[in-house]
Amino acid sequence: MITAGIDMGSRSVKVVLLEQIKVEGAKEPSFAVKKAHLMMPGDLDADQAAEKAFDAALAEAGVSRDQVKSVFATGAGRGQVAFATEGVTEMTAGARGAVFMYPQARTVVDVGAEEGRGIKTDPDGKAIDFAGNEKCAAGAGSFAEAMSRALQLSLKEFGEASLRSDKSIPMNAQCTVFAESEVVSLIHSSTPKEDIAKAVLDAVASRVCAMVRRVGIEGNVVLIGGMGHNPGFVQSLKSAMDVDQVLLPEMPEFVSAIGCALIAAERQH
Amino acid sequence: MIANYGYKDGSGEYYISIDTDKCIDCAADRACLTACPKHMFEIITDDYDDEVAWVKKECTRALAYDCAGCKPAGGYTSLPCTTACTPGAIKHSW
Repeated sequence: MITAGIDMGSRSVKVVLLEQIKVEGAKEPSFAVKKAHLMMPGDLDADQAAEKAFDAALAEAGVSRDQVKSVFATGAGRGQVAFATEGVTEMTAGARGAVFMYPQARTVVDVGAEEGRGIKTDPDGKAIDFAGNEKCAAGAGSFAEAMSRALQLSLKEFGEASLRSDKSIPMNAQCTVFAESEVVSLIHSSTPKEDIAKAVLDAVASRVCAMVRRVGIEGNVVLIGGMGHNPGFVQSLKSAMDVDQVLLPEMPEFVSAIGCALIAAERQH
Repeated sequence: MIANYGYKDGSGEYYISIDTDKCIDCAADRACLTACPKHMFEIITDDYDDEVAWVKKECTRALAYDCAGCKPAGGYTSLPCTTACTPGAIKHSW
């Protein structure tokens, strides 16, 4: 059986086709990711973007629409996936996906382009507590992206640069707009780019950490969402949360879509 | 599940927490719906098929302002929503 999970994020569409595999003698069904496809929509038509991304994933996997038993959607734009069977919140999908990747995970930190959230999960991947930030983009990826542009660095260079710094420069501004002016001041005072990059990522991490502390940091921590690709942020998050290890999936941006596809499969039974 | 709706900004942390385990079989007959003068609460079916209250999406970005009228400066000694919610499912962080 194949199910699909679509994560309609504010920046990109993530599609995962999940296949249930029968293992002889096993009590629980096993699942494998058949295809993961990411698309950055070029326009604002989210409905069409979901269609295009889904079709592309099906074509890449060599699967027809009829073979997909159920399509579940999540993310900020989940309501715009017209062909989805059902929608689930980012918290439910994120928790389920994170525990699928790391069964020992109990605290899930989800940092995407526009929103970040902390989720506490039980061993079955059910969200038992969550806190997000509905208002502020300074605790999310788009803030880091805007600051990397101000420093004229690519996102990859930005993350790597921050790892070369051992300075702690506090950024006081809560708002992205004001924070950018703080970054400009640091540039004008000839502060090295790597120190500014670290200051920005420390600031994002501290905002994210404040949300996670609302739900409490318990057990193993797993980071999901696109910011997981930023090694500087991972380092800053570890320091802010005061934990030795942050579990990082290979495809952090697809974890919610995987969770979504899993829930779709589980509801078929 | 403890669901925290709200945000943190430069002026503080503004979250309304709803303990959905206490909310599912509401002993207060969903009194929060009428108690809130801004009608911020709504009953939804969550992802686990439980009927629970949540804070309407359009209200979660302005809690500091929308709830201000019910705080002591607005003339209330206790919050109408937390008072009406006798199972104690609703809490304010500020």
